[in-house]
Amino acid sequence: MKKIRCALIGSGNIGTDLIYKIQRSPFLEPVWMKTTAAGVDGLLPHVLEDNIQIAFDATSAYVHAENSRKLNELGVMMIDLTPAAIGPLCVPPVNLKAHAEKVEMNVNMISCAGQATIPIVFAVSRIQPVGYGEIVASLASKSIGPGTRANLDEFTYTTSNAIEVVGGARKGKALAIINPAEPPMMMRNTISCLTDEEPDEARITASVLEMIKEVQKYVPGYRLVNGPLFDGKRVTVFMEVAGLGDYLPKYAGNLDIMTAAATRTAEMFAQEIIAGTIQLKSPEVA
Amino acid sequence: MSAEQSLMGRKIIIHDMCLRDGMHAKREQMSIEQMVTIATALDDAGVPLIQVTHGAGMGGNSLQHGFAPHSNEEYITAVASKMKQAKISVLLIPGLGTMKELKSAYDCGARSVHVATHCTEADTSPQHIAFARKLGMDTTGFLMMAHLNTPEGLAQQGKLMESYGAQTVYITDSAGYMLPADVKARVAALRAVLKPETEIGFHGHHNMGMGIANSIAAIEEGASRIDASVAGLGAGAGNTPLEVFAAVCERMGIVTGCDLFKLMDMAEDIIVPMMDHMVRVDRSSLTLGFAGVYSTFLLHAKRAAERFGVPARDILVELGRKKMIGGQEDMIVDTAMTMAKERGLLKDAAA
Repeated sequence: MKKIRCALIGSGNIGTDLIYKIQRSPFLEPVWMKTTAAGVDGLLPHVLEDNIQIAFDATSAYVHAENSRKLNELGVMMIDLTPAAIGPLCVPPVNLKAHAEKVEMNVNMISCAGQATIPIVFAVSRIQPVGYGEIVASLASKSIGPGTRANLDEFTYTTSNAIEVVGGARKGKALAIINPAEPPMMMRNTISCLTDEEPDEARITASVLEMIKEVQKYVPGYRLVNGPLFDGKRVTVFMEVAGLGDYLPKYAGNLDIMTAAATRTAEMFAQEIIAGTIQLKSPEVA
Repeated sequence: MSAEQSLMGRKIIIHDMCLRDGMHAKREQMSIEQMVTIATALDDAGVPLIQVTHGAGMGGNSLQHGFAPHSNEEYITAVASKMKQAKISVLLIPGLGTMKELKSAYDCGARSVHVATHCTEADTSPQHIAFARKLGMDTTGFLMMAHLNTPEGLAQQGKLMESYGAQTVYITDSAGYMLPADVKARVAALRAVLKPETEIGFHGHHNMGMGIANSIAAIEEGASRIDASVAGLGAGAGNTPLEVFAAVCERMGIVTGCDLFKLMDMAEDIIVPMMDHMVRVDRSSLTLGFAGVYSTFLLHAKRAAERFGVPARDILVELGRKKMIGGQEDMIVDTAMTMAKERGLLKDAAA
C-alpha cells in the first residue's frame, strides 16, 4: 500500500515519542526522523528528491514560523506541535476533517492539555451554549521537558484560547499543575463547563461518553474516572490519560495524546492524498 | 549563649498574609471595604509588606479555586492608594497566573511578588521571576510544600530561583507539617549555597501549632523574612499568628518595627469578628499537618465530605497518600467520588 513520506524536526520528548507512532502507521512512511545539526535547513535539500509531503515540527514556538515558511514553499504540509499556532488549531474528533477538506498547509496541535480536554468541552457545547470552560491538567513532573517548563505562560495562553476557538466556550481558562510524586502519577484532567441554561444531564452525559469513544480510537488510554457531575449550571468531568509507554512510561499520557493526535492528523491528510481527494499545494517554482 | 541572647537586635521583615492566605479562610469572599480596613490597620501598625490577592494569587479566580467578588486589580488598586508606608505584594503561581496578570498587578500598585512553585519544580518559574525583576519588583522565589524535598534538594531549587533573579528564597510549609528541626535543616542548607545578599524567608502554617516555633527556628539559622497573619487568618489552622509572633520577637529582642499593641487590638477587634469559622487547630486542620496535606484543601474537603458522605479526614488522608500537591483542588472532589463509589454511596455514570 502506498504511504505518504514524512519528516520530523525536533528531538525532545515529543519528537522522540512521535517517531514510534509514525513508524506504526499504515499510511505514513517516516524518512528524515532526526533533526540534523542544521535543523530545518539540513532537511530542505532532501525534500523534493525524497518526496516528503508532510512534516512535523516539535521544536519551539520561536523557530516554527520560519520552519513552516521554508517547508510550505516546497509544498510540504506542516503539523505544528509547538505553541506557535500560526495555522488553525486542530483537535481531531472536533475539526480535523474540516481542515483536511480545506487542505490547510499548517495545522497546530495546541498542547497536550488541549488535546485531552477540548473534546470534552466541545461535547458539552455541542449540546447547549457554554459561557465558560475551565480545564485543569495535572502532569507528572518526569513527563515535562525543559522547553515546556521554561515557557509555561505560552502553554496557558495557547490552551485557554483553544478552549474558546475549538471547544466552543465563550471564555476559556487553562490551569497546569506539575506533580513530582513517585511513582509518577498518570496524567489527570478535570474539565468544567458553565452552561447558560440548566444543563440537560442525559444528553450531555451521552455526548461526553460518545466523545470519549472517539478519542479512544487514537488514544486507547483515554478514560473517564468520575462524572459528568452536575452542580447547578456547572458540569464537571474527571479524566485520566494513560500513555502507550512508547518513549516514556504509561504515566506520560500527556505525551501520547499529543503525538497520537498529530499522527492521527497526518494520517487523515495522507489518506485523502492517497485517495486523490485532496492535493497539496505544489512547490513554488523559483 | 542562649537563643534569646544570640537573636538580640536581629532585624527581620514581617510580611502579612491576611489579605491573601486569609482569603482561603473566607472562601475567597472578602469585600473591598474589609481589605481596605485590614490593610490600613496593618499599615498603621508598621507592617512593611502586605500581600493582597485571591488566595491562589494571580489568575486565581476560577472554578478550581473559587471566584472572589472582585478582581485582583480591584483589590490591589483600592488598597495600594491608602498605604502610608507598607508595600503591597502579590502571589503568582506559574501554570495558574501569567506575566500579563503580574504586569497588570504592578500597574495597580503592587511592588513585591512571591513567585511560587512546588518545592521540586523551581524551573517552571524563570520567565516570571525575570519579568518581576524587570518591572523592578521585590522578587521572592517561594518553594511550596517544602517538607516534600530534602534540605539539599530544596537548596538546589532555591539556587535555581536565585539564578533566575530571585532576591529572597522562601521555605514554605504549606502543609504545616514541619517541626523546628526540619526548618533549621532547610534554612541552613539554603544559607550554605545562596549568595550572602540573597535573603531567606519562612512561611508557616499553624496546623501542628508550630508556626511561631518554626519561624524562630528559621531566624536562628539566618532567615530574615517571616510570613504571618494577624489572628492567623489563613488556610488550614491559619498562618503563624502575627501578633503572637511579634510578642515573642519583642521578648527575644528581635526587631520587627511593628507596634505589638496595635496588632493585638487589630486581631481582637477586626480579624476575629470577621472569621466565618474559628481558624484554629481542629480535627481536620490537625490532619493536614499530621499527614502533610496542602492547607488550602481543608474547606474543599469539608464541602466534598458533606456532598458525598465520606468523612473529611478520610479524604485528606487519601489525598496525602496520593501525594496531591497545591493546585490540585479538583482531585478532592474526584477522590471523594471514587471513595463514595467504593463505599457504595454513589453510582458510576459511565456504568
